[in-house]
Order: sequence, then structure tokens, then C-alpha cells
Amino acid sequence: MDIPYTVEARPDTGLYNAKVGIWLFLASEVMLFGALFSTYILLRVGTPEGYWPHGWLNIPVGTANTLVLITSSITTVMAWASCKMNQFDRFKRYHACTILLAFCFVGIKSYEYHDKFTHYSITLKNGKIADGHLISKSPGFNVNEKAGPVKGEIKIHGHEVNFSNKQGDELQKELKKIYDLRSPEGREAAKEHKELEYSASDIVSLETYGPWHNTYTAIYFTLTGLHALHVIGGAIVIGFLWGPLSNLWRRDPERFTNRIEISGLFWHFVDLVWIFLFPVLYLL
Amino acid sequence: MDAHSPTSSAPATVAAHAHAHDDHFASHIRRYLLVFYALIFGTVITVAASYIPFGDRAVNIGVALFIACGKASLVAGYFMHLVSERKMIYGIMIFTVIFFIGLMFLTLASFMNPPANTTTH
Repeated sequence: MDIPYTVEARPDTGLYNAKVGIWLFLASEVMLFGALFSTYILLRVGTPEGYWPHGWLNIPVGTANTLVLITSSITTVMAWASCKMNQFDRFKRYHACTILLAFCFVGIKSYEYHDKFTHYSITLKNGKIADGHLISKSPGFNVNEKAGPVKGEIKIHGHEVNFSNKQGDELQKELKKIYDLRSPEGREAAKEHKELEYSASDIVSLETYGPWHNTYTAIYFTLTGLHALHVIGGAIVIGFLWGPLSNLWRRDPERFTNRIEISGLFWHFVDLVWIFLFPVLYLL
Repeated sequence: MDAHSPTSSAPATVAAHAHAHDDHFASHIRRYLLVFYALIFGTVITVAASYIPFGDRAVNIGVALFIACGKASLVAGYFMHLVSERKMIYGIMIFTVIFFIGLMFLTLASFMNPPANTTTH
């Protein structure tokens, strides 16, 4: 059975069907991401003063990834325009770039995730908190009595803070050493990073900066994780159209061009979501 | 048959059709490139503005979101061709925008009836 209106416009909508379809889908996507942005606002305004993280993400890396995605958007629109101008070779080149840029984006994002999963926050028995990146753990390192004998040492590159017995401005200043790394206090603390070693018996608890760490990392991983899945999904679809399905170009170029347009609309939407994610999570 | 792509095997009718659109598309491509440069510029400005202390963080948030809205409009308007779409698409998007704005303000409802003995920041 032939699918109707893949090329010619349907009289009542004035559009080929897939275009209506993708826009309805994008409308639902707006609501999906919208719900999560709304969650972000609620979590942020509900956080006690001084506890919402600033400067936890690497701005140059995030900026580079933004530029990667913007570049992939222009190659996507150029790939479609090449089809429209009947230049299949140019289409192939442009979308090859799009797919490579998608890999690049996911690669950079993985590097950023890895950085968070090796960043430790260690609550010490003396009331202080040690914060920094893992250097090494001794074999069999364990701080959880229920899981076995408490033994071993952990080495991190970081600094210590002490929130206990502090209030008001004094507490706010100390909080900045962890939570506002773009403030003078936060930058100063980062400069004083050194190698720190702790015995398991000195540690109350420890955790990495994974999604479980606080509401910021939770919404960060949820939003960027969902976005990264969209990048991967979009790259798979574009990759399929670029490779195995590109023989449709010879049989029905207009239909193929429309498929490129539809996948492109999705790709631009993914870029559009990142345009908001980047300032919201990295800069503000 | 096709000056641009000698290896292309698209039917002649499509090639002719495409030729008629070539000039039309050349101007489109110039526009896409301008949008691309504007997006890069917008990104640089956003990052730079985040280093300027405007006094209140709310101002920084406003500036960043204003630039982001501008960038988003460029992507939606030109890359997604919303500047020249059919009525049907505008219809879908108007509803989406209304519900999206509603969703953003829904969080404010949490301030209308806070549990007793709590403070909000």
C-alpha cells in the first residue's frame, strides 16, 4: 500500500503528511522538555540560599559543545538545500559532517559526565567536608560497615570546607567554596587544591557528583541525559537516511528530500533545546 | 543534464525543477550562513555576559534568557522555516506556546499555598 501525501500536499492542510506529523511530535517534545524546565525552576527557587551550584560545569567545554551543535545545524540545513538543488554529492558531504559532529557532541558530553562521576564529596568524622577529584583508592576500600570491614584509604585532589557551627554571612562565605565556584571565594578555594588522603575510618560517608548528589546534579543529568538521547536518536535516523536509505534518492528524490527535511526539523529542535540548556545549566 | 552533480542520477524532471529553484536557493543559503554567524555571535555574547556582574543575579538570568530566546527564534524561524510556513503549523505551534508558558508559570502555584511554618526563598 502506498503511503498518501509523501510528496504532494494534502489539499486541506496544504502540507505533505510527514510535515504535520513531525510538528505534532515536536509540539509533544516541547511539553516533555517544558515539564523538565519547569521542574528545574521549582527545584532552583526551592533551594535554601547558597546551596544552588554555580560554576560546577566547565564553561569552555560547554561553549565548545554549543558551537559543535550549532555547526551541525547549519550542515543539516545545507544538506537539505543541497537535495533541493539536486546536488546529491554535496548532500552526502554535509550530512557526513552532521553525523561526525553528533559523535563529537556525545563524546564531549561523555567526558563531562566522567568528570562528575570521579568528583567526590567526602563527609569526615571531624565535621569537615572534603571535595575533589579522585586520584586513587586502595584495594578493598570500604566505608560502609554493613558492606564489610571498614578499611583502606582514598586520595583526592581538592580542598576541605567546614559548614558546621557556621551561620549567616560566615556560612554563606564557606558555602561558596563548594557551591559557587565562579565567586572570588570559590575561585580562591580552587586555587588551593592539593592532594588529600583519608583513611576509611575517618569518613562518615562519601559520594560522587552523580545524579544522586543533590537536586542540581539530578536535574542536570536528567535534562542533559534526555537531550543526549535525542542527539543519539537523531544521529541514528540521519545516519540511516544518509547510508542505507539513500538509494531512495534515485527512485524518488522529492520524497527523499522531504525525509531529509523532516529529520532536519528534529535535529534543529534538538539544537534549540540545547540553546536553553547551555545558559541555564552552565552559566546562570 | 545536471551541471552541479555529474554523478547524480535523479530524473530529468526533478533536475529541471531544481534548476528553476537554484537562484531562489542561493539567496536562502546566504541567509542560512548569516543565521549561523549570528548563532555563534549569540553564544559568545551569552558566555561573555555571564562574566559581567550586573549587581543582581536576576539581571544576568534575564540577559542570558533574552539572548537564548533570540537564538531560538533564529533557529525556529530560518532553519525550521517557521517564517514561511503553512497556517496548519502555526496553529499547532500557537497551542504549544500557550501550554508551554502555562507550564512555566505552573511552578508559581507552589508559592500560593505554602505549608504552614515554611519560608520560601
